[in-house]
Amino acid sequence: MATQTLIYIFVGLSFALYIGIAIASRAGSTSEFYVAGGGVNPVVNGMATAADWMSAASFISMAGIIAFSGYDGSVYLMGWTGGYVMLALLLAPYLRKFGQFTVPDFIGTRYYSKAARVVAVICLIFISFTYIAGQMRGVGIVFSRFLDVPITLGVIIGMGIVFIYAVLGGMKGITYTQVAQYCVLIFAYMVPAFFISFLITGNPVPQLGLGSTVNDGSGLYVLQKLDLVLQDMGFAAYTDGSKSMIDVFCITAALMIGTAGLPHVIVRFFTVPKASDARKSAGWALVFIALLYTTAPAVGAFARLNFIDSVQDTDYAEAPAWFKNWESNDLIAWRDKNGDGKMQLGKGDPFQGAPQFTTSTGPSGERVVENAAANDNPNEVYVDRDIMVLANPEIANLPGWVIALVAAGGLAAALSTAAGLLLVISSSISHDLLKSTFRPQITEKGELLAARLAATAAIVVAGYLGIYPPGWVAQVVAFAFGLAAASLFPAIFMGVFSKRMNREGAIAGMVTGLTFTFLYIGWFKLWSPESNVAANWLFEISPEGIGVIGMLLNFAVAIAVARFTSPPPKEIGWLVDKIRVPRG
Amino acid sequence: MSDKDPDKSAEGGATSGAEKAYWAQNLRLLWTLMSIWFVVSFGAGILFRDFLDQFALGGYPLGFWFAQQGAIYFFILLILFYSIRMKQIERQYDLDD
Repeated sequence: MATQTLIYIFVGLSFALYIGIAIASRAGSTSEFYVAGGGVNPVVNGMATAADWMSAASFISMAGIIAFSGYDGSVYLMGWTGGYVMLALLLAPYLRKFGQFTVPDFIGTRYYSKAARVVAVICLIFISFTYIAGQMRGVGIVFSRFLDVPITLGVIIGMGIVFIYAVLGGMKGITYTQVAQYCVLIFAYMVPAFFISFLITGNPVPQLGLGSTVNDGSGLYVLQKLDLVLQDMGFAAYTDGSKSMIDVFCITAALMIGTAGLPHVIVRFFTVPKASDARKSAGWALVFIALLYTTAPAVGAFARLNFIDSVQDTDYAEAPAWFKNWESNDLIAWRDKNGDGKMQLGKGDPFQGAPQFTTSTGPSGERVVENAAANDNPNEVYVDRDIMVLANPEIANLPGWVIALVAAGGLAAALSTAAGLLLVISSSISHDLLKSTFRPQITEKGELLAARLAATAAIVVAGYLGIYPPGWVAQVVAFAFGLAAASLFPAIFMGVFSKRMNREGAIAGMVTGLTFTFLYIGWFKLWSPESNVAANWLFEISPEGIGVIGMLLNFAVAIAVARFTSPPPKEIGWLVDKIRVPRG
Repeated sequence: MSDKDPDKSAEGGATSGAEKAYWAQNLRLLWTLMSIWFVVSFGAGILFRDFLDQFALGGYPLGFWFAQQGAIYFFILLILFYSIRMKQIERQYDLDD
């Protein structure tokens, strides 16, 4: 059967499955809509959390980033898993014991303040929308490349699917679709990884394959060979990387703490029956996540080797089909700087910026770009990092059904995360802003309707961001983690571990952390991108890692302010005591 | 570590003796496990990576292995251990859920 037909079948079947599950698990009450009634099995919740957490960035982008940055890619591997230790040990069981519906619920109640709740809602909405725009871009890429539909139509189909199960099913529908989506995405990730690991090293387990020798008779280990090949071509060694140690340290820390402070991840732990289940569930979530995260570095390394093998010094006329397919999707470009008709790879950008294609073709038949060539390096090939995972099966010549599987997996990853984000946005509006702040007299039915309307509105905004991605979307992903680390995490953490922390301290801390991080990232990413070089950074920390400093400021300001203002009322002390013990 | 800073001086209040002892034991366990968490990721994977890279685990330089594989395995073990140990502590003080 043709690959294209297989892709339609796989994607179609997976969509039918999601909708079927959604119809079977409609939400009838606000408790079911917000937290799936609080009765989800911890293992099931772990799986749903894994799908919720692993987004288009994890599935589509991460291995590609690692492939091109080697050791530096470790920041994502450690950063996006280490946060679960903080969640399981420092936050999840206490938040579950507290037992409400949303993160602003906790902050508003613990700090006895509507202002604190509203500040938390603002942080949450900003974090979640930044994040969701990236998911919709992922949906768009998969649709346009694999299903041959325009990006706009692809995003609209994706919106339609999410609409059905997020708006109808709420958290209940999302939970069970996420379980299905986890199965689809992990299978889709592992199958090609097994194949490729076996082809390159003879060992089908990618985690072991990456530490094995290449079976090309050279007797070299995979990482040794990569180091040699890359250094030969003028790159830094794969196992070395080029970021400074303090930057690697801070980015890893910001991603970890940010993960622990992300509202759509935290609310998943409100859905299990007991506090001890929240710990167990975080452990299971990390097991399911680790399966992909320990495979990704192998996928990245193998992809880099295969990519160099099939492109370096190849005549463009004989370039493999996948190369031309992705070129026609604007994600690969070749500019024959030395005019020899062959493609050369090297360090540096082949030309300035993302490729601007013209309608004409060059002497070898390539699509001509109008960008000014960068003549200080020999590199001729532009590759968007996002294509590596998607193109990997084609690069390794795997059968058509594997390619179809990867398309369905990429969509599962993007849609499951998008749904989780939509849910926290809609519940923060209907529950925190309406029910708890501005219209406390609203009925349960009215609140449920408001939640569904808010989810619908959020889908439309997310879809718009996916179809017309503002230029800054890719630039501000750092925002989501930096802001979560600098605003929500310290407020929740101190809410559990310090009885002395009061309303004034928490609000001052959140506002300081948020403002500082927002301005720092905004300055280097949005308003003055030309000054975004290490020499201008504070302590050589890049905008991606600055959330850590924001968090420290938050703690410092909160503790100082709390010391000079009156302690929280007695009831808050009792509340904290109650949160700290599982019984009751 | 910074995330441990907030003062514990305000502990106490209307809690029972068992709850206080339970919480103190929980905090000790948290300190130990979070220290290991820090050592396997930030320590082995970042700060002491160059030193560890002179040793090898199969084809992996050891520091690189911690950064891209090992830290994640340790994270799982940490949560598993905490989950089991806390259940025991909670039973001991008759505070389990």
